[in-house]
Amino acid sequence: MPYNVDAIFQIAGIGIIVAMMHTVLKQMGKEDYAHWVTLIGFIVVLFMVVMLVQDLFQTIKNVFLFHA
Amino acid sequence: MEIVQVVGLGLVATFLVLVLKEQKPVFAFLLATFTGVIIFLSLIGKIADVLHVLTRLAEQARVNTLFLETILKIIGIAYIAEFGAQVTRDAGQGSIASKIELAGKILIMVMAIPIITMIIETIVQILPT
Repeated sequence: MPYNVDAIFQIAGIGIIVAMMHTVLKQMGKEDYAHWVTLIGFIVVLFMVVMLVQDLFQTIKNVFLFHA
Repeated sequence: MEIVQVVGLGLVATFLVLVLKEQKPVFAFLLATFTGVIIFLSLIGKIADVLHVLTRLAEQARVNTLFLETILKIIGIAYIAEFGAQVTRDAGQGSIASKIELAGKILIMVMAIPIITMIIETIVQILPT
């Protein structure tokens, strides 16, 4: 498996840590900060997923569509 | 033993998704998408090998390259449409998934038009007027 499987654990870790930070910030009464933390974590993970999906589509194009 | 790796990856990812879904469902969905992409990427190398063999055989048999190219494009469209539809359906948007599948079918039909035209022209030539 040539692709970095560590990214799965990275995403899961980011999700768990963001959930913890969200809870802690909410307990401290800083709701808006909590939402910003969630949004930024989501953007980071979305960026990773989008890069991988772009890689997948490029590979599919190269394999099936004859570099079209 | 690639299959052990794929199954192990799937099990680990499923466990992580279960843990994550309690806290943040969005991250769980992204993680599932990521896992699907990684599994597909690890398999596409094998598909490429098979396709190389097919291409070589078709060149040896002097098959018209239009046919092989069209078939490969159709398979590619089917894979992409299936992947997109599954990811969308995982996110709970079954109607959008149906539209993606419809688009895939229509595009495949458009791809097949030249071959159908060729077949019908051949039949018309064979038929006595």
